[in-house]
Amino acid sequence: MPALDWSSIPGALPFLWNGMLVTLSITGVAILVGIVLGTLIATARLSANPIPSSLAALYVNGFRSIPLVMVLLWFYLLVPQLIQALFKNPAADIRLVSAFVAFSLFEASYYAEIIRAGIQSVSRGQVSAGLALGMSRAQTMRLIVLPQAFRRMLPLLLTQAIILFQDTSLVYVIGLSEFFGVAYRTGDRDGTIVELLLFAGAVYFVLCFAASSLVRVLQRKIAL
Amino acid sequence: MISIQDVSKWYGEFQVLRDCTTRVDKGEVVVVCGPSGSGKSTLIKCVNGLEPFQKGEIRIENVSVGDRRTNLPRLRARVGMVFQHFELFPHLTVMQNLTIAQRRVLKRNVRGATDKGLALLEAVGLKAHAQKYPAQLSGGQQQRVAIARALAMDPIAMLFDEPTSALDPEMIKEVLDVMVRLAQDGMTMMVVTHEMGFARRVAHRVIFMDQGRIVEDRPKDDFFKDPGTERAQQFLSKILAH
Ligand SMILES: Nc1ncnc2c1ncn2[C@@H]1O[C@H](COP(=O)(O)OP(=O)(O)OP(=O)(O)O)[C@@H](O)[C@H]1O
Ligand SMILES: [Mg+2]
Repeated sequence: MPALDWSSIPGALPFLWNGMLVTLSITGVAILVGIVLGTLIATARLSANPIPSSLAALYVNGFRSIPLVMVLLWFYLLVPQLIQALFKNPAADIRLVSAFVAFSLFEASYYAEIIRAGIQSVSRGQVSAGLALGMSRAQTMRLIVLPQAFRRMLPLLLTQAIILFQDTSLVYVIGLSEFFGVAYRTGDRDGTIVELLLFAGAVYFVLCFAASSLVRVLQRKIAL
Repeated sequence: MISIQDVSKWYGEFQVLRDCTTRVDKGEVVVVCGPSGSGKSTLIKCVNGLEPFQKGEIRIENVSVGDRRTNLPRLRARVGMVFQHFELFPHLTVMQNLTIAQRRVLKRNVRGATDKGLALLEAVGLKAHAQKYPAQLSGGQQQRVAIARALAMDPIAMLFDEPTSALDPEMIKEVLDVMVRLAQDGMTMMVVTHEMGFARRVAHRVIFMDQGRIVEDRPKDDFFKDPGTERAQQFLSKILAH
């Protein structure tokens, strides 16, 4: 095995950085939209009314039964037409937008289940206390239940975000240049693929390890 | 003030309340007692609509609780409730516990809500703890905060569901003292409790429940002199023996 040649890495850093920005933006958008949408789905799922609750269950079970890569490809084939129909603006980066949409909707199904468990972990007495003070059901949910649920769920939500961060590398299937894809292609071009993949792996490891440590700290804090 | 007329409630096949009829007049203190599972909590939760009931009628100042058209949140905002397990909001400070419903439900401004909160904390002897979180307080202190939280809404009546039964003996007195003062100030109160000392001091009437029925409902002195049915006698002698 020839000695490793790290010399091409400094030159690749600007490209890798751009790739990392794509990775982080997909992760960020999917976390935000996923949590907001996931909260709505979770409350629908817990509703006493069978219509929203079964629709929510269908959503969650549907997305959880399909591989992420497939969701990604479907949306890549679907969203561009949608955007063009809506905005008539072919200049928008179709691939990035479809990645945002696919990851957000997919993550929402996972977040919904985490959030549902979080909501259920708040005792019924807390709901009674909110209602007894004259709050509406929606106010009780928003002001009393959700803040407590999110505090308890924080470690799980963050763990899911770490998984999501790693999963974004799948966007190579729609030709998007995120961190992993950039590393791969740069390495391929310069004949230093082993070095670049090792480097990329190290970056993933450091970031995810740091985030997991944060999860552990949070868990300990919440347990107190 | 509160009238309960022929109220029955079922959990599936199981009948929890059987034709319960009673009333609580303005300024009256009514103590509800009875063995575990007799339906005391269920009855008191029906009063502010936390539990639905299938038959009968409950009216609070002539507003029907069971009527679909009744604005339940508005009704509940005027009826205070204190729970066995306090149910303070753990993610909020003591002061925020006292102001959240004043602000979100009654739409009071921060200043007004805070002043009210401080005055009530002072009244229950906890002014120094305003910025603490509930978990930093003892059970007795938490329950006093819970009473203050309910009073902050300027309720026309207060409901208590075994407010001292989750407390260590040495903390029971501090909570009962607050309740006695409230009763002496003329608050309309419906109190589920086994604290017969409290009943003797401030109750006007005592209700005894058994298997979902109101078995006894009489003036305090009559009840203690002669609890009536054998069931009530047994119950009374048992809890007084402790
Ligand atoms: N959600 C429910 N579903 C089915 N049965 C219930 C439910 N809640 C209460 N019950 C039953 O209704 C009966 C009355 O309950 P309730 O809590 O009103 O009794 P209680 O007099 O307050 O008793 P305790 O002194 O133990 O608090 C009990 O037999 C209880 O098992
Ligand atoms: Mg009870």
